[in-house]
Amino acid sequence: MSQKIFALIFLLLLSSASHSELVIRVTQGNDKPTKIAIAPIDQSGIQSGEDISRIIESDLQRSGLFKTIDRRDMLAFPGSAQDVYYRDWRLLGSEYLVVGKLRSVGDGRYQLEFSLLNVTAQKTELTHKVNGSINQMRDLAHLVSDKVYQEITGIRGAFSTRLAYVTAVRKDKKYSYRLSVADADGAREQLVLESAEPIMSPSWSGDGKELAYVSFETGRPAIFRQNLVTAKREQLTNFTGLNGAPAWSPDGSQMALVLSKDGNPEIYLLNLNSKKFTRLTRHFAIDTEPTWMPDGKSLLFTSDRGGTPQIYKLNIATKATERLTFSGNYNARPSLAPDGRTLAMVHRQTDTFHIASFDLKTGRMIELTETRLDESPTVAPNGAMLMYATKQGDRGVLAAVSLDAGVRYMLPSRTGDVREPAWSPFLR
Amino acid sequence: MKVTSIKSGLIALLFAAFLAGCSSNPVVDEEPTSTDIEDTSVQTGQVDTSEIEDVAVDTVTADTIFYFDFDKALLKPESRAALLEHSAMLQSNPRNVRLEGHADERGTREYNMALGERRALAVKEFLVLQGVSPSLIEVISYGEERAAAYGSNDDAWALNRRVELK
Repeated sequence: MSQKIFALIFLLLLSSASHSELVIRVTQGNDKPTKIAIAPIDQSGIQSGEDISRIIESDLQRSGLFKTIDRRDMLAFPGSAQDVYYRDWRLLGSEYLVVGKLRSVGDGRYQLEFSLLNVTAQKTELTHKVNGSINQMRDLAHLVSDKVYQEITGIRGAFSTRLAYVTAVRKDKKYSYRLSVADADGAREQLVLESAEPIMSPSWSGDGKELAYVSFETGRPAIFRQNLVTAKREQLTNFTGLNGAPAWSPDGSQMALVLSKDGNPEIYLLNLNSKKFTRLTRHFAIDTEPTWMPDGKSLLFTSDRGGTPQIYKLNIATKATERLTFSGNYNARPSLAPDGRTLAMVHRQTDTFHIASFDLKTGRMIELTETRLDESPTVAPNGAMLMYATKQGDRGVLAAVSLDAGVRYMLPSRTGDVREPAWSPFLR
Repeated sequence: MKVTSIKSGLIALLFAAFLAGCSSNPVVDEEPTSTDIEDTSVQTGQVDTSEIEDVAVDTVTADTIFYFDFDKALLKPESRAALLEHSAMLQSNPRNVRLEGHADERGTREYNMALGERRALAVKEFLVLQGVSPSLIEVISYGEERAAAYGSNDDAWALNRRVELK
């Protein structure tokens, strides 16, 4: 596939909404994006404060696979398929068109009926209705983006997902640490936890309803789980030494984590029902950063047992370990794509830390990023993009790159150092 | 191009579906499917800070910060004199001390937590070998979470790879 870089820079104005803490800037897109027009949704005078069409445009552009038609060039703003004159859209070079109409259905609920039209074939590909409250206009828009993306690319859309991340703000000599959750586009940031002591290593539960993380609020590191809807928290570990790197098992019943209570960092399993701990590794080296294989039968983790940090695979039943990476002098923090085969990790070939992908079948390692001090890769649940933390000047920011390295965007924060992104699973 | 090929495949598929549709009945839009969006607003948790203790004020004049090389936990020779002084003090005037291990920002955060702990344990081992009771020494790692010097350069990194005796 062509990897020719198409220099394409948009500034996506994400509704400059008061809630959006992160602003997205696409720095590189696909070299042959699909042209699509999102006709302004007929909002029937409903004042939601959100421009649904703009949100859909931003989603599709951010994927790097689409180029949207400028609203000012459109000859008409049809609200439904019957009102469409295909010729108007063919003239604009548009291959696809999205039209939609929002209406009140009573009880504070609103319905958006939208259609995806194939301009070339002059037919309706898809019509769908989506219902929500006045505060869920962004959810409605992301759902439209998901449906459109899937219909055209064949890949499930991940626009309705969320990101968790940690922000550190330094004032004078004091830090404030914030764990937040935002939409995948950075909008609607919501505070999960704030503390004067470090917060680290957020990890989503498989159902997307809880986060596990490390908090130093007791004066020492401890692992907590927290329900996002009820804010109910539970401290899971309180051992001497490290209590870190929580990773929920695919079925949600167990958590892999790191404890150093027996002298040095080892991987353990915590059964979340019985609260029983099982030790999995026995080595004087550093063993850390476990992540699950999709079948729940083995873990990947970082160990420096070979002299430098490298990625190992651990069979939970037999406890057998196998070294996977040999290229580079630092390979750590594995994060698996949903295909169960592509592994993203922090990689240093000689002296710069980048994010690389590693094919578990072929053993091929490919550097994906060109920024510096890159860390904490997390793959979207549809496997199209990965997000990671990097530095811009002295500031920590989040950036994203597609797994084929063809698409990139940055999410600079307005305040503080942003780091440790964790991409949620599919939420609906 | 991936998208283009998927798309042309899709078009072919749609054309096939269209042909199949022609033989029986005309293409009719299905009743649109529908999705309801649930409320997923996030509630903020509360941190319990009642357990955090104030760190004791240091009364020793010897250096209390010991530095390390990248990805290493070996004590440097220049740390030795100050550590000997601390071990003598801790034996004549026993008090609880806390060794806080740190790493620079390079590399991954949880690995750096482990590295910070390994450094603090190296200092602890030295003190214990000199005769200090291990029960007086608490070890904690902050990894790269609490930098002493800000900036992404060699000077800042050197100052951040450290163990602080408190």
